[in-house]
Amino acid sequence: MTENAIAWIFIFPLFGSVACAILGLWKRSWCYPISVFCMIGSTWAGIETLMQAMDSSAGEVSYILGGWVLDLYPRGVGIEFRADLLGALIVLVVLGVGLIVTIYSKLPVQEETPNKEAIFYPLFLLQITGLAGISLTGDAFNLYVLIEVAALTGYGLIAIGSNRAAAAAFNYVILGTIGASLYLLGVGYLYIKTGTLNMVGICEVIEANGLQDSATMQVAFALVGLGILIKMAFFPFHAWLPNSYCHAPTTTSSLLAPLVTKVMIYVMIRMVLTVFGVDFSFESTLWTQVLPWLVVIAIVSAAVMALAQREIKRMLAYLIVAEVGYMVGGVWIYNYYGLIGSIFHVISDACMTLCLFLGAGLILRKAKTTHFDGLRGLFSKMPFTMFGFFVGGFSIIGLPPTCGFFSKWYLITGGMVAQRWEYMVVLMFSTMVMVVLFFRLIERIHLAVSESGENLGHGHGDLGLTKEQTKFDEGPWSMVLPLAVAACIVLVIGIYNQDVVNQIERFLEPFNLPKGTGRP
Amino acid sequence: MFEEGAIFNELLLERLNYFIYVILLLIGLYAMISKNNLIKKLIGMSIFQTAIILFFVSLGVKEGATVPIYKAEHDPHGHAVSHDANDTEVDAGVVHSPQALKQGQVAQYANPLPHVLMLTAIVVGVATLGLALALTQRIFQGYGTVEEDELLVKLEREDARKSVSPLKAKVSTPKKTKTTKAKGSASHKKSVKPNPKASKTTSKRTSSPKKKS
Repeated sequence: MTENAIAWIFIFPLFGSVACAILGLWKRSWCYPISVFCMIGSTWAGIETLMQAMDSSAGEVSYILGGWVLDLYPRGVGIEFRADLLGALIVLVVLGVGLIVTIYSKLPVQEETPNKEAIFYPLFLLQITGLAGISLTGDAFNLYVLIEVAALTGYGLIAIGSNRAAAAAFNYVILGTIGASLYLLGVGYLYIKTGTLNMVGICEVIEANGLQDSATMQVAFALVGLGILIKMAFFPFHAWLPNSYCHAPTTTSSLLAPLVTKVMIYVMIRMVLTVFGVDFSFESTLWTQVLPWLVVIAIVSAAVMALAQREIKRMLAYLIVAEVGYMVGGVWIYNYYGLIGSIFHVISDACMTLCLFLGAGLILRKAKTTHFDGLRGLFSKMPFTMFGFFVGGFSIIGLPPTCGFFSKWYLITGGMVAQRWEYMVVLMFSTMVMVVLFFRLIERIHLAVSESGENLGHGHGDLGLTKEQTKFDEGPWSMVLPLAVAACIVLVIGIYNQDVVNQIERFLEPFNLPKGTGRP
Repeated sequence: MFEEGAIFNELLLERLNYFIYVILLLIGLYAMISKNNLIKKLIGMSIFQTAIILFFVSLGVKEGATVPIYKAEHDPHGHAVSHDANDTEVDAGVVHSPQALKQGQVAQYANPLPHVLMLTAIVVGVATLGLALALTQRIFQGYGTVEEDELLVKLEREDARKSVSPLKAKVSTPKKTKTTKAKGSASHKKSVKPNPKASKTTSKRTSSPKKKS
């Protein structure tokens, strides 16, 4: 079984979704245990894959689906799944987040979308299949199909809630389709020029035939890049994200928010490093000159917009847009440390966003309002939830023992070494904004405001609330436990950050990225 | 660089398919972004996807080429039989492993891959369109319109109603009617956190008769 670990990653959720769809018609209550079982199996396979990739000398495991290998075409015939260290790390993040959200989903799914388990869980598992596939596939067209699998199930998962969510999902459909179609078009141009769809194959053909100067390749790169930027909600194209995540059911937003944008950033890194090659990607001056400045605009405007929000989920959604700016910037400052920071931030941002959205789900369930002012007295009411939520929050700010600190450290180091001062300034600015955001939230939750709006809070004990409102009333354990696990993961990745960074460094070693001032 | 008429040849005759696909692509993109009606947006989306399918299909077109199944009988030019007499014997056998085609033979076959890719893309397009139509139906059921400007007004109103601070909402509610005030003072603890679900259900109730009428 272990030699087919990569295939098992997909087999579990794929067949699980079919099983949920069929058995769910008959007994709805079976969907949850089936999903948990599938995700446990899939996560095991993900860990196994990462172990294999770490043990192998090349740092990668290749798996050609169906064993379609011919001597003539070592890369040609079948669809290849390649787990190099980066892909294996990302897929483990996807599966881990998926497992935690699956366990968490028991009550929210029953409460928010009653009697729809048989629809919800198949989509949910297919979503995870799609995201895991994106992070492991070695085939450019297969990547398009998996992007669409993840996107289509994502639209469904968002729209399964209210009519408002359906209206938000419609915008997502339009923009998501434009993004994916542009990517497909780019793959078409790549295929014209290279005659292969295998990612490593494309890179080999480009290097062997000196296609770096070809106009067709520039067009392909522009289309692929633009498509991915739209899909990852990079600033000017972010319009679909806040509404979709804000109005989606709790489980959906806790699954999509940590993963979808991060996986698309992974795709960008994959395209830049593996498919087009470092030389080609960073040589085109347009992208390396223009994108860091777009990043500056993106981070500043997303942070300011987050500051203007008065609802938790909407605020978090704008934070995601700002974080996307961080990671895109980390790639395009073209520096070794920037890329380490970017990849590490993909991992740590997934974990901390998970914390925040799981916490927000619990808070909203208890407070029954999305507005900041409805959160008074929650610290004494649900201490564990607030602890988990603010571990995520502190990680977003970048306080030391959490993983957010270390990834931001590498990003800032990269900016400094590459002498991209504007990027560093913007990172600092955005950090300040996040400090304001989260400490304002703490203040709202800690200090009470009377009904007429005057401040009643004189200290911890005097919140201007009745005893009933501050009584210990924690959420159900099936929701609090996953949140606690997620918070622990944020801390553990922070403490053992060097082990993760070692693997990322091992992955980046062959690409010869500039470690000094490498302005092209 | 070009002789007279060469630009015309270069741009229109040899690359006509690319021109058509770009024009279709732009029509679709324009409709998706600037049309007001949601259904028209979806029509634009279909045109957009079809343009890409056209692009891929025209990539794989090769005049005078045959299906890429390597059998001598399938060869319309009859070269393969004379080319290598042993091939027919190999084909008659049960097992024949793939062999590298020679340079001349490759030219006779069409490349099936772009067309096969488009089969998948068509399926994806159909699924997207179906899902988007279902969403449009939900939007029409909920808001009674498929015009984007009307929809946006309604959505903004709904968002504004939801995002009112619970403190301010509490202050303003007792002024409205006496019954709510009595209720509010009686169950003081509950009214601190107004239930958004209650307002949601009422809004649904008010909107549902409209849809039937």
